Amino acid sequence: MCATCGCDSGSKTTYKLRDKDDEHTHSHPHVHNHGYTHDHPHDHDHPHPHPKTVVDVEQDVLHQNNLLAQRNRGYFDAKNILALNLVSSPGSGKTTLLERTLKDLKGQLEFAVIEGDQQTSNDADRIYATGTSVTQINTGKGCHLDSHMILHAMQGLKPKENSVLFIENVGNLVCPAMFDLGEKERVVIISVTEGDDKPLKYPDMFHSSTLCVINKIDLLPYVPFDIEKVKANAKKVNHQLEIIEVSCTSGQGLQEWYGWLKSKILQPETV
Amino acid sequence: MHELSIVMSIINIAEQQARAAHATVIDEIELDIGTMSGIEMDALDFAWTGAVKQTMLEGAEKKVNRIAAKAHCIDCDAEFAIEKYYDACPVCGEHLLYILQGKELKVKSLVVS
Repeated sequence: MCATCGCDSGSKTTYKLRDKDDEHTHSHPHVHNHGYTHDHPHDHDHPHPHPKTVVDVEQDVLHQNNLLAQRNRGYFDAKNILALNLVSSPGSGKTTLLERTLKDLKGQLEFAVIEGDQQTSNDADRIYATGTSVTQINTGKGCHLDSHMILHAMQGLKPKENSVLFIENVGNLVCPAMFDLGEKERVVIISVTEGDDKPLKYPDMFHSSTLCVINKIDLLPYVPFDIEKVKANAKKVNHQLEIIEVSCTSGQGLQEWYGWLKSKILQPETV
Repeated sequence: MHELSIVMSIINIAEQQARAAHATVIDEIELDIGTMSGIEMDALDFAWTGAVKQTMLEGAEKKVNRIAAKAHCIDCDAEFAIEKYYDACPVCGEHLLYILQGKELKVKSLVVS
């Protein structure tokens, strides 16, 4: 049983801190067992029914997730860790953007990465090859990361003080929108090989993000993607959204992304 | 299909509350779900059917208050109903909106016995 949150063993979610031997998996099997058994013996044909009572609940359904997200946020704040939640469709280039960033800013900033996928540790392997600490979360059938998974991933990863923590969410523009992980900023990535109406089709994600990175702009001459239209659509959904255009292949726009990243790193307050 | 994890959270909250009230059966559950909460009602109902089996919510009547979304235009101060994030202000045509309501997702009350 997990001492932090009381979860029991048996879940499909696994956590694997990538290391050089890669023999022992920090697999942390647990179920989201909420302390009740589903086969509790109440009888609907009880001969002496209890009187009916109204219970005012008024509880947010995501309350538990939000509580743990705030707990993560407190941990990040205390250690001055800039946590970023990277969300997008599969194939937009999240991992490539990370690889490029980790290589280009090596020595300038300290990084750690949490990778979220349903299966495989392919992305963690790619990140590990850049010399960065990384934990792979495999959600099994799960369509998103939640704050509880981040809490557990961090127990193995232990990101350093004053570092940047990239959390690469499961590739999915729908479900991860609802789950606060405790991040400082949410970065939505879209590539020019997708439709320019994507912000309108998946507005929740664009509405809940603070930065939109438009990736693969080196391919613009070859695809019918109207970059001004996608920007206008994204702004319609979220007028506060910042937008940066990049290509991880040509390197175009990456300085702006790095500038944004550095601007978000809070210097520890000196008294 | 995040609706399944949403339903699991609802079951968890409802059972905790019912047990705290020393009840054995949940007869009714009342939910507030905003039209812009990110919940697809068909998906929720589908997930509900399977997930509540053998829980205290099996057999409970589910009442859903759909809360219609409203926004405030930061540009011209108008207040109006919206259906989508990219709706324009009907008065000035701008998209500088602040969502006032419609993102609710909560368990409002239970009837237990």
